[in-house]
Amino acid sequence: MIRHVIAGILLLLSVVVQGQLYAQPMTIAGASSLRPALDQLAEAYMAEHPGHEVSVIYGSSGRLLAQIVNGAPFDVFMSADMEFPQQLADQGLAASVPTEYAHGRLALWSAELDVSTMTLADLARPEIRRVAIAQPALAPYGARAQEALIAAGVWEAVQPKLVFGENISQVAQMAESGAADVGIIAVSLAIQPAMATRPHQEIDASTHAPLAQGFVITQRGGNNPVAQGFAEFLGSAPAANILIMNGFAMHSDEHHGHEHH
Amino acid sequence: MAASLFSLDWFSLSAADWQAIALTLRLCFLTTVILLVIATPLAWWLSRERTTMRVIVQAVVALPLVLPPTVLGFYLLIALGPRGIVGGTLESAGLSHLAFSFEGILLASVLYSMPFAVQPLLESFNNLGRRPVEVAASLGAGVIDRFLTVILPLCKGGFIVAATLSFAHTIGEFGVIVMLGGSIPGETKVLSVLIYEHAESMNYAGAHKLSALLLVFSFAVLFVVYSINRRFHVVKV
Repeated sequence: MIRHVIAGILLLLSVVVQGQLYAQPMTIAGASSLRPALDQLAEAYMAEHPGHEVSVIYGSSGRLLAQIVNGAPFDVFMSADMEFPQQLADQGLAASVPTEYAHGRLALWSAELDVSTMTLADLARPEIRRVAIAQPALAPYGARAQEALIAAGVWEAVQPKLVFGENISQVAQMAESGAADVGIIAVSLAIQPAMATRPHQEIDASTHAPLAQGFVITQRGGNNPVAQGFAEFLGSAPAANILIMNGFAMHSDEHHGHEHH
Repeated sequence: MAASLFSLDWFSLSAADWQAIALTLRLCFLTTVILLVIATPLAWWLSRERTTMRVIVQAVVALPLVLPPTVLGFYLLIALGPRGIVGGTLESAGLSHLAFSFEGILLASVLYSMPFAVQPLLESFNNLGRRPVEVAASLGAGVIDRFLTVILPLCKGGFIVAATLSFAHTIGEFGVIVMLGGSIPGETKVLSVLIYEHAESMNYAGAHKLSALLLVFSFAVLFVVYSINRRFHVVKV
């Protein structure tokens, strides 16, 4: 009986391993803030390149970097900032230079309150009890939100109300559930169908360091032609369109801050 | 990094580390106390009942063993938040909702560790059987008297294992607290969350220290549980 089970497991394993060998898929490790833009990028790329197989794994940029450093089978690393790809390159684990692909944008979002007339300074108002941001030490969106709050002169007042998500998607979820009165989230999330039913208010990008986001081809992806092809695709107009449609900006001077003061 | 395990530098925990340790111990202690109070009558009832209701209750109690913690955390976030059934009721009563609060993660911990308190007590009560309590009752012992002089001493092992496992399991709680807590220092940022943040921000030395501490502590707890188990044959863990 046990022998049969072991034989079965081995058979299953061989199928799995062989499947991997023949398909030779290219795996992108993407920041969770890229969901679902990166899915669309992968689809558009595969439509353009029949036979090229691309799969996407999401996570926080820091965790993905740690996983790649520790041998995770990722070919392209699309971070939510420029520093993590740079660190990979510094450690000699990259097969390309870190390249910027888009800029992130921050926005206020609330399930209950009308944020379209709200400024960052309003977050100090007493009826706003909980404000969710991403953990500044972990997520670039959190660090930039902190900078924007400091620039607006309300960091001291807002700090006691802050709750922290480990990534920007969790911040969106905290705001969406209404548990946090207001969330400082990515525009890319605010315009997704689940959240677009409520208005969002973009935060003036000049009040914080740019949310430049970069990618790098990993050492492992260096000899994968699909990784190379996808990197080229990221610089193309169709890719830029997908990113813009999903709430990203293409250059730091191209943000559309329309906060009312 | 490995060398730091054996040097004095190992003890140089930051203020934030100590704050998380104190918060975690407070959470674990309160969770354990509340669980013993709730789980004792519940396990007793389960050990006497033979109805379908018993099976349903037992299944509900065991749910946290099966559900991904993030699922439990997500439902709790909704239920305890201002628009949820619990949080909303509290808000309309003029109180504050429980999302992102110590009370919120305490409630979550009680639910999450419930099976670890109920199961050892249930096994212990089942082993005890009806007879000792019936004899005590026929001799005129009241309910409280029966509990204190018959059940408690005879099921001592079960209570110790239930308390230890509840405490230990709460220390390791992560997914639920991440969803519900919001990582507020001194309020909801427990040890497991802090270790995670250390690791994620690549402060591996910090993560390493706290992880080693947790590892040693968890081993000690399990060692105690199995030692008691060997003496009392309480539960298969």
